[in-house]
Amino acid sequence: MHGVVAICRKELADHFSSYRFVILFALIAMVSFITSYMAGLHLRESLEGVAKPKFVFLMLFNTRGALFSLVQFVAFFGPLIGIVLGFDAINKERAQGTLIKIMSQPIYRDAVINGKFLAGVVTISIMLIAITLVVSGFGLTIVGVVPGVEEVIRLFVYVLISIFYISFWLGLAILFSILFKSISTSALASVAVWIFLSFFVSLGASVLADSIAPVDRQRGVSPEVLVKNARIKETASLFSPMVLYSEASGIIIDPMRKTTRSIVMMGALEQLSLSRFQNPLPLGQSLVVVYPHVTALIAITLICFAISYLVFILQEIRT
Amino acid sequence: MGEKRIIETFDLTKYYNGQAAVHKLNLHVKEGEVFGFLGPNGSGKTTTLLMLLGLSSPSEGRALVCGLDPAKDSRKIKARVGYLPENVGFYTDLDAVQTLDFIADLNGIPADEAERRIQEVLELVGLKKEARKKVGAYSRGMKQRLGIAEVLIKNPSVLFLDELTLGLDPEGATKLVDLIAQLNQDKGMTVLLSSHNLYQVQRICNRVGIMINGKMVAQGSMEQLAEERLGIGDKEYSLEEIYLRYFQES
Ligand SMILES: Nc1ncnc2c1ncn2[C@@H]1O[C@H](COP(=O)(O)OP(=O)(O)OP(=O)(O)O)[C@@H](O)[C@H]1O
Ligand SMILES: [Mg+2]
Repeated sequence: MHGVVAICRKELADHFSSYRFVILFALIAMVSFITSYMAGLHLRESLEGVAKPKFVFLMLFNTRGALFSLVQFVAFFGPLIGIVLGFDAINKERAQGTLIKIMSQPIYRDAVINGKFLAGVVTISIMLIAITLVVSGFGLTIVGVVPGVEEVIRLFVYVLISIFYISFWLGLAILFSILFKSISTSALASVAVWIFLSFFVSLGASVLADSIAPVDRQRGVSPEVLVKNARIKETASLFSPMVLYSEASGIIIDPMRKTTRSIVMMGALEQLSLSRFQNPLPLGQSLVVVYPHVTALIAITLICFAISYLVFILQEIRT
Repeated sequence: MGEKRIIETFDLTKYYNGQAAVHKLNLHVKEGEVFGFLGPNGSGKTTTLLMLLGLSSPSEGRALVCGLDPAKDSRKIKARVGYLPENVGFYTDLDAVQTLDFIADLNGIPADEAERRIQEVLELVGLKKEARKKVGAYSRGMKQRLGIAEVLIKNPSVLFLDELTLGLDPEGATKLVDLIAQLNQDKGMTVLLSSHNLYQVQRICNRVGIMINGKMVAQGSMEQLAEERLGIGDKEYSLEEIYLRYFQES
């Protein structure tokens, strides 16, 4: 156990003193500042003279101020955080000749992977908690709303899901740093998978759905076909961690959403007016709805890990 | 020097892509001796050391280090054996104290104990003055000495030193070899040393083994080998002559 702790400690010190971390943190701080400020202004305007709906505080996180909401930002940009923290984890040590030195100390072989992963998760958690606090701070000052107990719990769950999501990308990047000896190759491979899973899976899902259950708008379609088409699209796009995450975090942050689909495109006003006539999904129910998503996220992270262990154990330490 | 065998291998063999890097090796190193592990580039020295530490798994045969099997008790062996890899690498943005701190941490040495040992080994390898300098700014010789310091932090009973004098000037090499001899004498550390610097090997080794193409072609004290190959028993001989004779014959 001391091996994991030692490596984690060293790795944390490395992360926090590296330019990489400073740049990443500055970027995230900037984006969360701007988005929450815009969202705050937007909300204040929309709320003028109207009775406050429930869960205003959470809207800070999923209201699109200018470009995107914070939730969308993390869904899109989160993978990059994981990748940046992990893409050179093992191959850099190998290249500079320190891996063999670490491995010749009395530690378990997987302590290196575990320690590095753990340090990455801690770093990710610190970043996400910092963002959440920044946005909350803005909420308190600009909109002047205080979060209720349920909102705090929901935020907590949201941060937790986000940590799982970004940790998956960290795990994947570490796997690539084991598979590829070249640092640039592992970086490129991680980014390629990110782009593929984030964008092309949804695209592929539509293509798949349209080829199995074609929707011909000219001649009119039966509702059954439409439903089938939508089902296939939804199921197939669950292969994208980004979709998994977006849906899970959407349900947690937006209690008015009861299904896992497509209110994303609604404006804040529409959402507000809609919410008057709806009752929010209770917290327990929300958790039940996102449970499979979260399990799936954890499962794919574990799969990454299993492959990492296997490859690393079988690899020659040198070269 | 006792008769107890610290290292013993039984037909230890390693294939890489069907080619034998180490072939049916029967090596033995006794407690308290300095053993010179010789052989041309690619003859399988590093591969052997890695197998002895359990960092590479043998294709056939087995080994015992401190009475333990590297295939099963790798961690226990690594707690007792200090290994200096060839071309040892460092974190260039750490200084010597931070580097040694990390190694101590990996060995589970408590902080106050680690602090004491770090000062001790820095003194021993003569890096006290440069202790707070970033390793990236170290010369080749300083790095090698820091490598030795790392190995000594865990207070090992056995040293595996791969290419100890690689890239060092004659004076630096002599100093380092003297340090190893001193450790061997004062602390009774058993030393397995691979090197291409035959002059230095001859200075400190009790016995040598010569590897060629993965096979051990000779193993014994220098007097034995000299008599066997050169037939010059107690006359002047150099390890270089012996080595070249074996090399030519194979
Ligand atoms: N990972 C590997 N994959 C394939 N072949 C390897 C690998 N590592 C070593 N070899 C081969 O094993 C043989 C022995 O190499 P080794 O490094 O043990 O030699 P060495 O005696 O340490 O040489 P040197 O004096 O140059 O350090 C060489 O032929 C080398 O090419
Ligand atoms: Mg070698």
